[in-house]
This record gives sequence, C-alpha cells and structure tokens, in this order.
Amino acid sequence: MVTTSSTTGTPSRAILRCEHLCRTVGSKQIVNDISFSLNTTQTLAIVGPSGSGKSSLLRLLNRLDEPTSGTVYFNEVDYRQVAPRELRRHIGMVTQRPFLFPGSVAENLQFGPRQRGEELSGDGVSNLLERVGLPGFSSRSISNLSGGEAQRVSLARALANSPSVLLMDEPTSALDDEAKKGVESLIRQIIGDQRLTCVLVTHDTAQAARLADHILVLESGRVVRIGPTSEVLHASDNL
Amino acid sequence: MLQTIFRSQLSLGLSQAAVAAALAITVAILARRRGIHLERETLIALVRGLAQIVAVGSVLVLMLRGPRWTGGFLLAAMIVAAGATSAKRAKGMPGAFRVSAYAIGSGAGSVIAIMSWLGVIDAAITSLVPVGSMLIANAMNTNGLALNRFRSEVLAHVGEVESALALGAAPSQSVATFVQSSFESSLIPAIDSLRSLGIVWIPGLMAGMLLSGSRPVYAAIYQFVVLAMIFASSGLTSLVSTILIRSQVFSPAEQLLLRPEA
Repeated sequence: MVTTSSTTGTPSRAILRCEHLCRTVGSKQIVNDISFSLNTTQTLAIVGPSGSGKSSLLRLLNRLDEPTSGTVYFNEVDYRQVAPRELRRHIGMVTQRPFLFPGSVAENLQFGPRQRGEELSGDGVSNLLERVGLPGFSSRSISNLSGGEAQRVSLARALANSPSVLLMDEPTSALDDEAKKGVESLIRQIIGDQRLTCVLVTHDTAQAARLADHILVLESGRVVRIGPTSEVLHASDNL
Repeated sequence: MLQTIFRSQLSLGLSQAAVAAALAITVAILARRRGIHLERETLIALVRGLAQIVAVGSVLVLMLRGPRWTGGFLLAAMIVAAGATSAKRAKGMPGAFRVSAYAIGSGAGSVIAIMSWLGVIDAAITSLVPVGSMLIANAMNTNGLALNRFRSEVLAHVGEVESALALGAAPSQSVATFVQSSFESSLIPAIDSLRSLGIVWIPGLMAGMLLSGSRPVYAAIYQFVVLAMIFASSGLTSLVSTILIRSQVFSPAEQLLLRPEA
C-alpha cells in the first residue's frame, strides 16, 4: 500500500520505503521531508507543477543524488548499505530523453548485463525488442531511430537488467502525440505483464490516472497529497 | 630595422617585446570583432609572461652559479606552478590542482629523473633546468588540454554518463570514452611536433646548439631526443591526469559531481 509512513505507522513489507527524505541544493530545499512506502507491483505516479521536485525525488530513489537527510529502504535494507551499482541494477531508470549510447540497438541492450559480466544472448535481445514492439531492430544503428523508437529502446535497455523497480521520468514528454500514445500503451502493457513496481514522474494528471494505481502530489518539494489514484483525483476535483 | 634604432641590447629587447606584444593584442582585437573576448586574458598573460620570464631569468643567473640541488628545487617549483596553471583549465572540477601537480610531477618529473640518471640530460644545472623546464611546460599544456577536454565532454554528456550509472556501470566505465578522447586529443600537439620536426619547424634548442658551435648532426639528433622526451613526459602526464581526474568527478556513492551550473 502506498502511504505516508506517518499516517499508517509501520507498513507491511515494502519494496521501496522513503523515510523523511530531504535534499537541499545551496540554500534551496528541493525535496522536503518525504516519506512513503511502495509494495511490489504497485505503480506510483508523482505529479506536480514544474520545479516542484518530482525529478529530484526520483533521482534520490536510485541514489543518483545523495539525500541531505533521510534515507530509502530497498527491500527493507537501508540503501546506503547496498553497493550503488547493485542498487541501480535493481532500481532501473528511464529518463525523459533516451540518452542511448553510440552503436547498435543490441549493444545498448547488452550494456547493463555486461556491467556485471553477463552476456545478453541474441535471443535475449530479440525477446526484449519484441516486448517493446521493435522486432528486427537488433542491428539498427541508434542514429537511425525515431524519438518514439529510441524511447522504446531505452525502456528495453532498462528491462535488460531485470529490475525489481522501474523509475520513469516523464518518459513520453519529449515525444510527439502519436509516439506518446504508443510508448504509454507499451508502459501500461509492461507494468501489467511484468508485474513491475513502478514510480512514474509526469506533469500530466490524465496520464497518471491511466498508468498508476497511486498518486503522490508534490508542491515545492513537499507531499501535498498521497493515496489511491481515484481518491487523490477526487480530492483534487473537490478543491 | 629595430637594430638600427636601438643600440643597446636591453632597449632592443624591450622594443622587440613591445612589437611582439602589439601583434598579439592585434589578434585579440580582431577576435573581439568576431565576438570572441580574449583581450583581457591576452593582456594579463602578456604582462605576466614578460614579468615572469624576466624574473626567472634573473633568478636563473644566480641559481645557475649555485649548488646542484638548486636545479631540483627549481624544477619542483616549476611543477607546482605548472599544476596551478593547468588546473585553471578545469574550472569546477574537484581536485584539479592536486591531480595536475601529481600528473605533471609523475609525467615530466619521472622522465627528467630517468633521463638525467641515464645521462641523456646533462645533470649540470645549466642543462638540467632549461631542458627540464621544456618538459614541464609541455606536460603542463598537455595536462591542461586533457582536463579541459574531459570537462567539456562530461558536461556535454551528463545524460549519457548518468544513464550508464543508472544501468549499473562503474564510474570509470561511464566516462571511459571521454577519458580516451581526452587523452588522444591532448597528445595531438606533441605528435604533430614530432611529425613535423625539421620540415615545418627547426626548434630553438637546435638553433642555439648550432650557434654555440655544436656539430649539426649532434644538434639535430639531440633535438629529436628532446622532442621524444617531451612526447613521453606529455603522454605520461596525460595518462596519469585522465586516470586521476575520472575518480574526482564522482562521489564515494558513485554520483556524478560535475554538472552544468543551473
């Protein structure tokens, strides 16, 4: 259950649990005392206006940035006790822009497993590409991909690490309408099929409603509201 | 023309320096017309360079008459100064001075030490200091180029570096391409100097040796020796520098510290 820990006391075994997470840059507190927990297979959408700290919060979850105070528990282990590389393999991330590495699509998909000495086979690459709707793209150069295709490759690259949690930072906001629909439907399918635990940052409340079962509303780095999607949206309508 | 106007060596030297400086300032003014503002930096560098070389020249005259250890002391001071100068090319990179001083010290310092021990560089101060300073100066330039290129590459590819980290890559792996390109590009001037030796340019050391009566063949061979030493010390400096700096741009928790200013 996605909750603020302050409202429910000790939650049931959560895969991801934030406790009083704060991050200050210079004199500005960009993430301010955020606590929530997320159980397996739940999808949490983080919504809020620009500059509210959505992406900053997401970057704290896989420790790309360091919290100023507070911490995150991954499978009930303080993530500062886990080697960063190991943590990031389990908590995958898809960014707004795909940032693919120069080379072929297959090389991009093989990158993650190769970091821990594993080789993703040709069949493994093909399976992943089929899952993201890009069969036969294995040998394609990344310079010949459209925006939507590149984002699908980025998603497949993150999945190649078999993560337990997938973080997505505005994965469709840099795409045109058609590509956006395709990638969103793919995300929905992957969330459903894989039973992945996801944290999705979006500025689009409608997209949050379509993809997530829980919503966290951020404003100025603080949690304004958190709960099941229908409840949060209903409460927002009544304001 | 200047020789006919100025009779004393000092006034001739100053007039030649003024003409050369005027030429450099003209270039800075031309650059300004194209929106490239180098004039302040050029002016400061010219004044500072002249003051430094005159001061060092005066000190050298005194030191060259001193005991042998003064040569080592002078070269060590040059390494520290070179480290501070080239670290400025790595603005915003943590530990740039320390990395530069280590890199130039181990690159140029080790080549000077080994070559002096083998007798390739005469251990007399009159030979050790000028040749050593050439190696240090070139190592400094190479180090500056390597750090500057590495900084630019990382800042231009923050997304790619963090994507690699997010996929479980080691920090060294996430910047490996940029370490390689920085190393390669920093050595271009040293490689080009070696390639064009005797064809495009006849370096000052060789001209000086010829003027002081050395046999032309020995002067030519020794010039090659100096350039090969420059290449070796520059290469070693760049190698050490790029290896050390890559760990400086990450936190202990493997987070990228070098980010564009908001």
